[in-house]
Amino acid sequence: MSNIHVTTSVNGDPVEFLCGSQDTLLDVLRDRLGMTGTKEGCGTGDCGACSVTVNGRLICSCLMLGAEAEGSEIGTIEGMADGDALHPLQRKFIEHAALQCGICTPGILVASKSLLESNPEPTEEETRYWLAGNLCRCTGYDKIIRAVMDAAHEMREAS
Amino acid sequence: MQYQAPTTVESAVSALTAAEGDCHILAGGTDLLVRMRSGMVSPAAILDIKKIAGLRNIAREDGGWRIGAAVSCAEMGEHDGLGSDWPGVVEAANLIGSVQIQGRCTIAGNLCNASPAADSVPALVAAGATARIAGPNGTRETAVQNICTGPGATSLGKGEFITSILLPAKKPNSGDAYLRFIPRTEMDIAVVGCGIFLTLDNEGVCASARVSLGAVAPTVLLVEEAAQALVGTTVDETALGALAAACSSAARPINDKRGTIEFRTHVSGVLAQRAAKIAKKRAGGSS
Ligand SMILES: Cc1cc2nc3c(=O)[nH]c(=O)nc-3n(C[C@H](O)[C@H](O)[C@H](O)COP(=O)(O)OP(=O)(O)OC[C@H]3O[C@@H](n4cnc5c(N)ncnc54)[C@H](O)[C@@H]3O)c2cc1C
Ligand code: FES
Ligand code: FES
Repeated sequence: MSNIHVTTSVNGDPVEFLCGSQDTLLDVLRDRLGMTGTKEGCGTGDCGACSVTVNGRLICSCLMLGAEAEGSEIGTIEGMADGDALHPLQRKFIEHAALQCGICTPGILVASKSLLESNPEPTEEETRYWLAGNLCRCTGYDKIIRAVMDAAHEMREAS
Repeated sequence: MQYQAPTTVESAVSALTAAEGDCHILAGGTDLLVRMRSGMVSPAAILDIKKIAGLRNIAREDGGWRIGAAVSCAEMGEHDGLGSDWPGVVEAANLIGSVQIQGRCTIAGNLCNASPAADSVPALVAAGATARIAGPNGTRETAVQNICTGPGATSLGKGEFITSILLPAKKPNSGDAYLRFIPRTEMDIAVVGCGIFLTLDNEGVCASARVSLGAVAPTVLLVEEAAQALVGTTVDETALGALAAACSSAARPINDKRGTIEFRTHVSGVLAQRAAKIAKKRAGGSS
């Protein structure tokens, strides 16, 4: 099987990779680029653990082929903190203990960041609907929602 | 497996026509990639249509809206004009999956996947949408309800694919709505879906109607008797009762883990009544 050459950017850095035609973007990120922050829960679009942004839009990287990424800008959890400085969402997740095993966390952080970019002042209901595609089997969601609402509040104050 | 991303409709048709073995169209991939992963399909080739110029646009046409086959449901939701003319269709498209799924999935993919429970299809059928199909013999147009022929089966021939879907010009005093029943509040497959489009005259009397049901038959049903129950009435309680009876008697559902025949038959009528009230309100009728 011949490999496909793909040119993209990941978290602002130019990245080129070779991938098989069946490889998903998730396979490419984890196995070819060594960026294992993005998780695989189900591989079928149901759990959101693999959430990334492509050209600013939130998607499941398990449901996109690596080959489709040609020319696009990809954003992953690895691009969220600024050096050692955590993103407010990351800090609030720690403060609110909004994670236990942590498998869902990168996906939920990426999805929450995407929510706050399009809607800096979401209601709790809007937040819960936005995150409906991100499953967490540990926390019961409440602490996650509180962390996102608190981070949104802090980010609004700061801006 | 070969991955191709042609940039013109003509080259896509040539590739589809020339393909030996299974060549699958890839739009948002939210059905296709799931089926590939589960081993239900193993295509010899995949043809990504998202690089084809023009397929990513929503454009005005004869007062209506032409939606390219590569437009995501999220893009439909963000488009102002489309949502104010056809709120039912746009809401149906944005009931599909999660935000992540909506960022990728398309209404043409929802249609061609040919699931009886596809959410956008009853809304498109009620709206009177047509599909434009490119193929080896040129382009043809057909009503959306002619595409699905059974679960997982379509009327598209070898080398054919849908390039766009046209929503007709919205008539004055008209409105559409789509509702589905699912046991959860998000991320589930319709147990019953109902789309309604209706037009009122200046006296508030229903002049025309289209009523469709999803998930209660092998393909989406366009229920003529249900439309007749509304036409000539003010969509009052009596008409709504007749509408519900017509929908329940048209439903031919199956029993499965998400709903029994009895439940689906009943809910067909209930959803139709609720959708009709919303459509009437959107058409400017008094409640
Ligand atoms: C987690 C999850 C939740 C979901 N929830 C829902 C839901 O609530 N409601 C619902 O209705 N669906 C749901 N789906 C199913 C799916 O997202 C939809 O059917 C979606 O609209 C498919 O569109 P797509 O562009 O991703 O299709 P693709 O996967 O790209 O294609 C689907 C099929 O149609 C063919 N095809 C695609 N475009 C064309 C074209 N233009 N011409 C000819 N053939 C074409 C493909 O070859 C393939 O066979 C869900 C899926 C997932 C993974
Ligand atoms: S791994 Fe992609 S949604 Fe679960
Ligand atoms: S913290 Fe374990 S799945 Fe969410």
